[in-house]
Amino acid sequence: MDRDRRQSNSEVEELQELADREYEFGFVTDIESDSLPPGLNEDVVREISRRKNEPEFLLEFRLKAFRHWQTMTEPAWPMVKYPQIDFQEIVYYSAPKQQENLASLDEVDPEILRTFEKLGIPLEEQKRLSGVAVDAVFDSVSVGTTFKEKLGELGVIFSSFSEAVEEHPDLIEKWLGSVVPYTDNFYAALNAAVFSDGSVAFIPKGVKCPMELSTYFRINAAGTGQFERTLIVAEEGSSVSYLEGCTAPMRDTNQLHAAVVELVALDDATIKYSTVQNWYPGDKEGRGGIFNFVTKRGLCKGARSKISWTQVETGSAITWKYPSCILQGDDSIGEFYSVAMTNNYQQADTGTKMLHIGKNTRSTIISKGISAGRGQNTYRGLVKMMKNADGARNFSQCDSMLLGDRCGAHTFPYIEVKNPTAKVEHEASTSKIGEDQIFYCNQRGISTEDAVSMIVNGFCKEVFRELPMEFAVEAQKLLAVSLEGSVG
Amino acid sequence: MLEIKNLRASVEGNEILKGVNLRVREGEVHAIMGPNGSGKSTFANVIAGREEYQVTAGEVRYRDVDLLELSPEERACEGIFLAFQYPVAIPGISNAYFLRSSLNAIRNYRGEDEVDAFDFLKLIREKMKLIGIDEKLLNRSVNVGFSGGEKKRNEILQMAVLDPRLAILDETDSGLDIDALRTVAEGVNQIRSADRAIIVVTHYQRLLDHIIPDFVHVLFDGRIVESGGKELALRLEKEGYGWLEKGEETVSSATSPEEPR
Repeated sequence: MDRDRRQSNSEVEELQELADREYEFGFVTDIESDSLPPGLNEDVVREISRRKNEPEFLLEFRLKAFRHWQTMTEPAWPMVKYPQIDFQEIVYYSAPKQQENLASLDEVDPEILRTFEKLGIPLEEQKRLSGVAVDAVFDSVSVGTTFKEKLGELGVIFSSFSEAVEEHPDLIEKWLGSVVPYTDNFYAALNAAVFSDGSVAFIPKGVKCPMELSTYFRINAAGTGQFERTLIVAEEGSSVSYLEGCTAPMRDTNQLHAAVVELVALDDATIKYSTVQNWYPGDKEGRGGIFNFVTKRGLCKGARSKISWTQVETGSAITWKYPSCILQGDDSIGEFYSVAMTNNYQQADTGTKMLHIGKNTRSTIISKGISAGRGQNTYRGLVKMMKNADGARNFSQCDSMLLGDRCGAHTFPYIEVKNPTAKVEHEASTSKIGEDQIFYCNQRGISTEDAVSMIVNGFCKEVFRELPMEFAVEAQKLLAVSLEGSVG
Repeated sequence: MLEIKNLRASVEGNEILKGVNLRVREGEVHAIMGPNGSGKSTFANVIAGREEYQVTAGEVRYRDVDLLELSPEERACEGIFLAFQYPVAIPGISNAYFLRSSLNAIRNYRGEDEVDAFDFLKLIREKMKLIGIDEKLLNRSVNVGFSGGEKKRNEILQMAVLDPRLAILDETDSGLDIDALRTVAEGVNQIRSADRAIIVVTHYQRLLDHIIPDFVHVLFDGRIVESGGKELALRLEKEGYGWLEKGEETVSSATSPEEPR
C-alpha cells in the first residue's frame, strides 16, 4: 500500500484509466463523504450507533459483538491466500452527505442518481413497470426505495435496515442475530459490531409477494469497508423472491466486504434468494479487487418451509461464502444452486451447509465451479443429518470445469450422518473444455470465444434455470465477460 | 471450386498426407475411399482447418482464396461444412440453440441479417421433415445421449440448414444400420445441386449405392493412387485394397482425370 501511495498522481491516473476501460462499472462517483476516521474501538462502535440514532438494544448488540470479536481470530482454513488485513486501517462508517428526510427522489444527489443510471438500476418512478422494487444501498446509507407504497398495502415491509430499525424496532429486536448470532464467526462478529445499513424484508402471513425484491450493493468511498446486513422473514404461508446484485467501482487497494444475510421461513413459507455477484476482481496480475467474506444462512423454522439459494459468483478477488440452510421444521426443504467462476488470480472458497434437524427434510446442492487463468476454485460443503432427522435426504452434485492448465479446482464435501434412515447422495465431476468441442463449434462458424462462452453456459445451465428470467440473462452475459481473454 | 496441389500434412511429427492432388468443381460429388490409416480423416480435417494437423507443404485454393490462410470458423463461414465422423457432445446447449448460433454466425460473417427464433423454427422444421428427423432432437443437448444414427442424422440436418458450398462427409456411414444409412444418403442427395460440391469420405462402398459419385479416388498411404468413375468403387468392394499395394510402383504416375497438372 505504501508503494501505491508513493506512485505519482499521473501514474495512478493512468492506471486508473486503463483499469476503468477493462472493468465496465469501474467509475468513481464524486461526492463528499461524511466518514469516520479509520480504525475500530468501542468508541467507533458507539459513534456509528449514535449517528444512526439507534435504540439501546441495538447498541448493546453491537457492543457485545465487538467485545466478542476482539477475542476471535481470522479463520485460516479456507483455501485462499491474501495479505494480512489491518483492521485498524479500515473506515467503518461512510455516508454520502445528503439533506435530511428526503421526500422524493428529486432531492437525492443527482451524482448518485447518475451512478445508478450507469448501473442500469430502475430507481425512477417511471420505471415502475419493470416490476422490480429496488432498495439501493449506496455505500452504507440507503438513498431511495421504490414500490414501498404498493408493497405496504399488502403489509410487506421492504426497507433499508436503518429505516426498519426506526419504524419496526420490535421486529428487528426479535429476529436480528437469530440465525447468525454475533458469536458465529470472525466476520459475522465484525459485521454485527459495525454494520452500517442493509435491507429488511418482512412478508406477513399468507402473502405472496407480487414482485421480485431487489437490492443493488455498491462500494464507493475509497478504502471503505462495507458491512451490510440483510434480514428477511417470511411468515406462515407467505413467499418471496429476493434478488441481490453487485457491482463495485475500480480500486487499487483491496477492499473488505463482510456482509451477513439472515433468512427465516415459518410454516409453509418459501424464500428464494438469488445473487449475481460481480465485484471488481482485481486486475490481470491479481492486484486490487474486493475481499468478499460473507455469512449467509437461512432458517427453515416452520414445517414444510423452503429456502432456496441461487448464486452466480464471477467477481471479487477472494470469495469466502457458504449460503446455508438449517432445516429445523419437519418436511422443510433447502436448496443451493451455485456457479462460481474464477479467472486470472481470483480465488473462491464457496459452498453450503445443509443441517437436517427435522423429519423428512430434503436438500439439494448443485455446484458448478469454473476455473480459468490462474484462478483457484474450491467447493466446500457440509451435509449433516442430525439424530432426529428421520427420512431426511440430500442430493449433492459438484462439477468443476477447467480452462487452461494453470488453474485449480478443489472439492471438500463433508458428510455427517447420525440417523440411520437418512440418505445422502454425492456426485462429483471434473472436466476440461476439449479441443474437439471448440473445433466442432469453429467448424460451424462459431468463434472460439463464443464457443467457450457457450460451452460454459451449457455447463451452468442447471443453475441458471433457477434464476429469475432477467437475472439469468444478466448472469450469462457476465460469464461471457468474465471469460474474456481466458482462451486462445 | 477446390484445387489441392501436393498437399502434405503431419500429426505430431508423423507425416500422414504425402502429396495429395485433387480438383473439385461445382456440382460434383467426389468419393474418397481407402483403407484404415490411409489419411482419409486427416484429409477431411485439414480442409476444415483443424489445428492439430500441420500442413507442411502444398497449396489449397478454394473459390479463389488461399484456404490455408483461413481460420476454421472463417472456412465454415465461407461455406465449407464438415460432417464429423465423431460428432461432439455439448452438454446443456440445445440442438436448436446451437444450430441457430451457427447459422447466425455464418450470416453475420456474410453481412446478412440474423434469423430470429420464429423464422429459424420454421426453417428447421421444414428441413427435419425433409430428412425425416424427430423434432424431439431439437430440444435435447447437442449430441448428448444421441445414438450413433441420431448423431449422423443430426450432422445431415446441420448441413441442410447451413446450406454449404462444399460439404465434406467424414465416414458418415460408419456404424449405421441400413435405415439410418438411407436417411443420411437421402439427405445428401437432397442437397445435391449445380452450385454445390460434395466430398464423401468412406471406407465402404455401400454408401455409394445410395449416393452415386461422379468421381471416386483411392487414398493410399497419404496419396491419391487411383481415380476413376463410380465403377472404381465397385472394384474396390470386390477386390479390397490389396491390389493397390502390389501396384505401388504405379502410384507416382496415377493421376485423377481432374488432376490439374
